[in-house]
Amino acid sequence: MAKINGETVEADGMTVEAYLESAGFDPARVVVERNLEIVPKSEYAETVILAEDLLEILCFVGGG
Amino acid sequence: MDAIASVQDEAAASREFPISKQELDRAFDARFPASIAEALRNARVAIAGLGGLGSNIAVMLARSGVGQLFLVDFDTVDTTNLNRQAYGISHLGMPKTQAIRKILADINPYLDIRTEQVRVTEENAAKLFSDWPILCEAFDKPDQKSMLISTVLAQCPATTMVSGNGMAGYAEANGIRTEQRLERLYVCGDQSTDVGNGIGLMAPRVAVCAGHEANTVVRLILRQAGIL
Repeated sequence: MAKINGETVEADGMTVEAYLESAGFDPARVVVERNLEIVPKSEYAETVILAEDLLEILCFVGGG
Repeated sequence: MDAIASVQDEAAASREFPISKQELDRAFDARFPASIAEALRNARVAIAGLGGLGSNIAVMLARSGVGQLFLVDFDTVDTTNLNRQAYGISHLGMPKTQAIRKILADINPYLDIRTEQVRVTEENAAKLFSDWPILCEAFDKPDQKSMLISTVLAQCPATTMVSGNGMAGYAEANGIRTEQRLERLYVCGDQSTDVGNGIGLMAPRVAVCAGHEANTVVRLILRQAGIL
């Protein structure tokens, strides 16, 4: 099972894009790191989450 | 880069400015060891965005004696900026890069301030910032924040970033904190308060967040210098 932000999550086999949608994230507002590498936004649709993956998903809000 | 304002000739500078470089060095709190002043003087920091976060970060880093700053923003100063940004009425209508130069020159004219009036995009971000060891993300829109961080962390392996996320409104400022989220990314803010639904931006919380970013920059500089 993959770990996302430190928590074990049922996301194996999902693309990053599909996971973001299922979890209610706006892809335009996130930064995704998979196994210590940034996943470029253009690759969200084709990057598949695997069983041993460690993901960090950061979500940004407006203001600055 | 469109202009470099670094003063090479100290003798000429002393005649040009009302205060000499040596005198201005005394502005740095002498209770710190000299090694700290030197680490800050040798530091190079870029700031993407010169709004509520960026203009205030730039002022704090200039006051702290950071030797080289690279400041980027496409925008001009507007009356709606005056509620939280470092600008004054005399700067209205001016490009922010130009206005911030004036402000910083009035704090320390001996700093090396570089600016570029340009909109940062996925295409130009790496070229702009890859040579800068520390980059502050100081944008306003969340999709711009995520674009900049995704692009720079992927394409600029020598750059560490400090970002601002969540500073709107007037909830308790204690909610604003700094967290190292990735190896080369520190995020400052309350991580949640968005603008909208009756909540805008107000100077105090924005400044607290900018202070967190600036302090994180100082700590990164001192760590890189082996002092922290």
